[in-house]
Amino acid sequence: MALSGEAKRETTYRRNGLWFAAMAHRISGLALVLFLPLHFLALGLAIENEAALEGFLRWSDLTVVKLAEAGLVALLVIHLLGGLRLLVVENFGWSDAQKSAATIAASIAALIGFIFLVRVL
Amino acid sequence: LQRASAALLAPFVLGHLAVMFYATGSSLTAADILGRTSGSIGWALFYCAFVIVVAVHGAIGLRAIAIEWGHVGERKADAVMLVTGAVLVLLGLRAVFAVIAPGVA
Repeated sequence: MALSGEAKRETTYRRNGLWFAAMAHRISGLALVLFLPLHFLALGLAIENEAALEGFLRWSDLTVVKLAEAGLVALLVIHLLGGLRLLVVENFGWSDAQKSAATIAASIAALIGFIFLVRVL
Repeated sequence: LQRASAALLAPFVLGHLAVMFYATGSSLTAADILGRTSGSIGWALFYCAFVIVVAVHGAIGLRAIAIEWGHVGERKADAVMLVTGAVLVLLGLRAVFAVIAPGVA
């Protein structure tokens, strides 16, 4: 709802596919950096003894955990491909094929996440 | 530094993805995982380097988010970055030690 006397906030940029790509890159990065300490703490259980790590690994056999792991793999691939896109744009310039490449990258990330899920389930 | 760490991370991430896919195709018990990783100098070097570069990259990224979404000043953002980097390096190197150092577990 537009406020009287004020310009309506411009949000049409959010319909740009490459804005989604940039947002996906940021959100995936945020999720990964928040996840990493947990990953390191889990591996660090091996310092206590093998049984502690084994206990954690058996908990990670739960289906919901495996789904989350597959999601994390997909996020990692999204972030990797989004970062590569940025490096290409900044070093080799823009091309109209970028949008197609971003879509293909998202598809690859989803595919790799799915393959990982199938392997662990 | 963010772009340089990103470029460095690409092969590390691909290597880690390959390791994960190999591991999920093999046994995932603690004994089997530690049997594969324990005592390996090569993997120790790989993952120590990976941890350091990830810590740099993640810390700088979080600094950018703190400024743009958290609306904090540069000094606070720098503090976020330093704390994040330190936590990731310390926990990461500890994790590498945990799975590589022979006789730890």
